[in-house]
Amino acid sequence: MSKKTSRYYIALDEDTLYTYENHTLYLTRSLLIHNCDRFTKKLLKEVRRFKVKNLVFNLDKLEDIDSAGVTALFFVKNKLRDDGFHIRFEGGGESIQKKIELFKPEKYDRALKVKKSGFFEHIGDEVLYFFTSYVYSYLILAANVAYWGVADLFKSKARREGEFTNQAVLIGVNAVLIVVFMSFVIGLVLALQSSQQLRNFGANIFIVDLTVVAMMSQMGPLITAILVAGRSGSAIAAEIATMKVTSELDALTTMGLNPIRFVVVPKLYASLVTMPFLIILANSAGIAGGATAAYFYLDITPEVFINRMGDVMKNKDLLTGFVKSQVYASLIVLTGSFYGFRVIRGAEGVGKATTTAVVVAISLVIIADSALGLLFY
Amino acid sequence: MEKEKIIEVKNLGASFDGFNVLSDVTFNAHPGEVTIILGSSGCGKSTVLRHLLGLYPIQKGHISVLGKDISQFTEQEQKQLYLQMGVFYQNGALLNSMTVGDNVALPLKQHTFLPDNLIEDIVFMKLGLVNLEDAYHRYPSELSGGMLKRAALARAIVMDPPLLFCDEPGAGLDPISLESLDNLILNLKEQLGMTILMVTHEVSSILRIANKIVYLDHGQVVFEGSVRDALSSDVEQVKQFFSVINEGQKLNL
Repeated sequence: MSKKTSRYYIALDEDTLYTYENHTLYLTRSLLIHNCDRFTKKLLKEVRRFKVKNLVFNLDKLEDIDSAGVTALFFVKNKLRDDGFHIRFEGGGESIQKKIELFKPEKYDRALKVKKSGFFEHIGDEVLYFFTSYVYSYLILAANVAYWGVADLFKSKARREGEFTNQAVLIGVNAVLIVVFMSFVIGLVLALQSSQQLRNFGANIFIVDLTVVAMMSQMGPLITAILVAGRSGSAIAAEIATMKVTSELDALTTMGLNPIRFVVVPKLYASLVTMPFLIILANSAGIAGGATAAYFYLDITPEVFINRMGDVMKNKDLLTGFVKSQVYASLIVLTGSFYGFRVIRGAEGVGKATTTAVVVAISLVIIADSALGLLFY
Repeated sequence: MEKEKIIEVKNLGASFDGFNVLSDVTFNAHPGEVTIILGSSGCGKSTVLRHLLGLYPIQKGHISVLGKDISQFTEQEQKQLYLQMGVFYQNGALLNSMTVGDNVALPLKQHTFLPDNLIEDIVFMKLGLVNLEDAYHRYPSELSGGMLKRAALARAIVMDPPLLFCDEPGAGLDPISLESLDNLILNLKEQLGMTILMVTHEVSSILRIANKIVYLDHGQVVFEGSVRDALSSDVEQVKQFFSVINEGQKLNL
């Protein structure tokens, strides 16, 4: 800061400076987007040192200002007001005045600016949002799907001809190869990993118990559900989300067709019917994998393996598998549909819905698996 | 005395996959004026715009923006030019993963050192100019088509660019919103001295804001002149385009 007679000349930057005289700051040169940051920082720093609290910003000598400059002026004014200063603008050519009139932030309603909430308030809001927006909506959808799923069983007219077969092929038949292959590999590896330990105890024959129980009560249904969630859960979410963003669902509604009955229920039927078969295939493939490992590493012939299987297998395991298949199938279809219906708009929304649907469906399947595991223990 | 040219397009030609889109486009835009590019669908308006924005390489002819040949630009010069232009895309082209406020703030955050609360003030002010303050915290996917357009305009003008390119800003807007958009564009032109190049079909907009009209047909400029000249033009396509006004007058009778 340099002093000349009774005036202070303060260079705010190469473009803007002001002179101070009789409680008045004369802003000079220009106040534009590229020098606003230096202007606001320096001016706030300088003016806060003043003892005089009533100040006038004179704009007569200001040559140019843009929208960022106008905002910066009001920003400084408001900041200084918080420090107890009273700032008034005066002067300025016609062009400067018009720009201030057009761009002054005070004209615009800031009341809508969201108040930043506290930590606990935020957590409370999020929990409430989760329950109202997710849990409640999911249950409503589940209730709707269950109602129409049962009601439409007895109304053949309500079902689209061929849609069940179509969906059964997409959800079930097309998944056979991957489910069988993955289950075989997992059964093989499971038996292989255990064979060393069993051999140490001379308990080779128990490889059959291990493989059969693991595959039938846990691994078979779980692998199938995870693969179907990845394949069909994502496809269901993407299909419904795309229908939503392209207004196809609205078109169905305005044609008097219920999108849940028209789109979701056939998928539910198809997955409920095909899932048990997929699980049976997965179990068989997994056990075959285990038998392969047992033959090569523990010298257990297929005949011995099959004989022992008869002793190990229980009807309860079959029943568990069936119950699981129905629960998982419902969860996958419901979750895919839920995220499909929730999408707002745009391609990004479809992608997001698809990804979230898969992640949530797999998580729900695992949670349900734990719950059912405890139930059937 | 010849007017200063802020955009100069000379003998611009372009073809894609052997299909000639632009054969010989020549026109100028002058500082502080609104130049409208008109023409039927497929006549090459958007192609001209994309050439001006440097999105297509120039195959034939020359384009000068702010007195410099854009084909000679280095990457740095091109970037500097982008900082001086705002572009308003027809569908808004807002980033869907960000709120409207963040979309509008993006150029300020990337290209200036302004403090965050000042940026927030500027963004609110710009959204206020387009009557969209309440959309600050909303995502583009939650806005209507008209709101998206206004938010896109707020983003295009957030840096007060001397050059504003608009691709059909009025399409899909109701007449009242369209008028307020036109008034805003006029205000920006007058207060900030913006030069505006716009592709539009809205006759009412053209009559309200245009200083100059460039009419394209089959990749060629068939008319270049003021609105007054366009209204009394003998060029068949231009006559046909503005015949809608005469139709309206007939209905009033």
